Amino acid sequence: MNTRANTIATDGSKYEASARQFRGNVARDLANPQLRENFRGAMDYLTDKRRQAFPSEDELETLRRKCQLIKQRCLLKLPELLEQLESKLEQNGIQVHWAETTAEANTIIAELIQRKNGTKVVKGKSMVSEETALNDHLQAQGIECLETDMGEYIVQMAGEHPSHIIMPAIHQNKSQVADLFAHNIPGFDYTTDVDTLIRTGRQALRDKFCHADVGVTGVNFAVAETGTLCLVENEGNGRMVSTVPEMHIAITGIEKVVELLDDVPPLLSLLTRSATGQIISTYFNMITHPRREGEKDGPKEVHLVLLDNGRSQAFADEELRQTLQCIRCGACMNHCPVYTRIGGHAYGTVYPGPIGKIVSPHMLGLEATKDLPTASSLCGACGEVCPVKIPIPKILLRLRKESVKAKGEPLVVKGQGCNRKPLEAGIWKLWSRLNTSPVIYAIAMWLASRGRWLTPAKAGAWTRVRTLPKPARRPLRELVKQREQRREGQ
Amino acid sequence: MPALPLASAKRHTSKRVYPPKPAQVYLFGTCLADTLFPQSGLDAIELLERQGLEVLFPQGQSCCGQPAYNSGYEDEARVVARHQIKQFPLDIPIVVISGSCGGMLRHHYLDMLKHDNDLEVAAFCERIFEFTEFLTCVLEVKLQDQGAPERVALHTSCAARREMDVHITGKALLEQLGQVELVEHDYISECCGFGGTFAVKHGDISGAMVQDKVKHLLATDAVRYVSADWGCMMNINGALEYQQEAFRGEHIASYLLRRTRGDNA
Repeated sequence: MNTRANTIATDGSKYEASARQFRGNVARDLANPQLRENFRGAMDYLTDKRRQAFPSEDELETLRRKCQLIKQRCLLKLPELLEQLESKLEQNGIQVHWAETTAEANTIIAELIQRKNGTKVVKGKSMVSEETALNDHLQAQGIECLETDMGEYIVQMAGEHPSHIIMPAIHQNKSQVADLFAHNIPGFDYTTDVDTLIRTGRQALRDKFCHADVGVTGVNFAVAETGTLCLVENEGNGRMVSTVPEMHIAITGIEKVVELLDDVPPLLSLLTRSATGQIISTYFNMITHPRREGEKDGPKEVHLVLLDNGRSQAFADEELRQTLQCIRCGACMNHCPVYTRIGGHAYGTVYPGPIGKIVSPHMLGLEATKDLPTASSLCGACGEVCPVKIPIPKILLRLRKESVKAKGEPLVVKGQGCNRKPLEAGIWKLWSRLNTSPVIYAIAMWLASRGRWLTPAKAGAWTRVRTLPKPARRPLRELVKQREQRREGQ
Repeated sequence: MPALPLASAKRHTSKRVYPPKPAQVYLFGTCLADTLFPQSGLDAIELLERQGLEVLFPQGQSCCGQPAYNSGYEDEARVVARHQIKQFPLDIPIVVISGSCGGMLRHHYLDMLKHDNDLEVAAFCERIFEFTEFLTCVLEVKLQDQGAPERVALHTSCAARREMDVHITGKALLEQLGQVELVEHDYISECCGFGGTFAVKHGDISGAMVQDKVKHLLATDAVRYVSADWGCMMNINGALEYQQEAFRGEHIASYLLRRTRGDNA
């Protein structure tokens, strides 16, 4: 009997608790040298691959601008495009289901599987299904749910969550994976040779594809014009999952809809190059209908579950809406100095890194995620590489503003005002007075310089790894004045 | 000889049309230099004066407002921003000796004050120049190196690099110094971990970042590093001193003045 279901939420709400643990997670993972080495090495590799994939700065900029405009156009028409997508898909024989919450999405999917008397599910990579904690939910219903993307397979075997949206098991190195296989795959002949490890995993999965009742995948682009679901992948498991079982269920967020088939090639080109430095992925699946009469393969039923889960909250605000431009390439985390050091699990959210910091507050509320927007030096590396030009640092600032908002303001983000502390608010009020009245400012400067010997040796987090500078003997303003007076006297 | 770096510097900052050399400039000293590191302000003034400019330092200036702005307290930052704009009334360039304050004054004021008199705010922002940008692109300075041969590293702040787009100008200035060899450290474009209140609110992440930055700087054979941003330098120098290393960073204004004046400290 599975008793976990009684104690742990089997939908996306379980991440509320883990996101709250951010500070503790950070301390734990910063102190793990192996983990830090794994991330640094992997991120260096990925950033280097991306650099090589964009030899021309001008071409990159032109393409980024183009894709930004495509996504902005699609978001501007989002409600109409979703309706168009629904009717096109249904014309094509693909059934569409709407889910406002992660729990609703899980219920829809479980019911579809149970209607088929399905007990075995194989999954292609889908971050949205991580968002809903679909595996937990299906297992609680007695449905076996196996991840088939190699990284996801490893992570599932280890009882973990993905630490990166593209490379779920990037936190593990090859010897850690070999140890895991040794414990879990009977007859595994211990090796740390990567090709052999992959082959071992693929063999274990092969049989599962053929006997599964249902395949579940994500979606990279849903084309409204033609009713086509596009799936980007490298291992062929996405194609297996979406063609071999009798039923294919795709799940995605509402922001993945694009207007035209012509919108896909530029987005795809930027997606694969930004993510892994590949000019194109090994597989690109375009799913437009279930198996037709006379066809020999393909699923007999295809379903699409469209999930909101807080996205409409981001959509309602012009600035925050840009969050939804994301095409989930992961370049922002690959280039992030914070992510590189703390790794993906520390965030406690499904989506880690810079994009995770700006998207998670809509999914989990700002209260549970209040430490995320401030955990950035605003260095701007994420915004610089984002293929669709999401101004991530600016949105981080906006979320900081929302989290210290005074009570009684109109609701923009669930949990706004959660980080407002009377003491901090008071300090900034005082700071603002100080910096707008030259007389008080000059007195403060005089006091600081004359009282420089009062500078404490310890000042919280700052002096744990640094010394604190003392104020100068005389502030610049006084020295400039003296200099001017000397000159006049000459 | 310095034609090439200068030309490439100009190309990289070509997003902006630069005015001809003015007779007067304002200096925005920044609250950090004012309180903690005034010598760099005096050195910047001297360098500008040597180029034949009159430098005005309004005594009413204070902080650019970035700490409150980055902490989400925009209303508090906004009144401070309006106050700064009033302190610099003449239509002459405002030279800022810190990249991140420059980014705040030049870009974020526009966002923050979009409901104010747009023209006045836009004109103010248009007059903002980061120090190395101003020397390179407006004054087109020619530096004569008087110092002994040495190797130095350069730390360009994220704000200079990504907000002001001027990371190339500091390099161009150092490359004009005939006896100075610029060495590049690993992860040169990576943040040092300062980020204002981030360093206090998330001290352990910031600490990990600055420790790495220090490690990469120490791994070079440079005798010092040079930077145009006091935020980063307060962070990096603080970590160096904590680790009891003799290696230090020097503000680029002080360094350029020293090299071209011939005194070797």
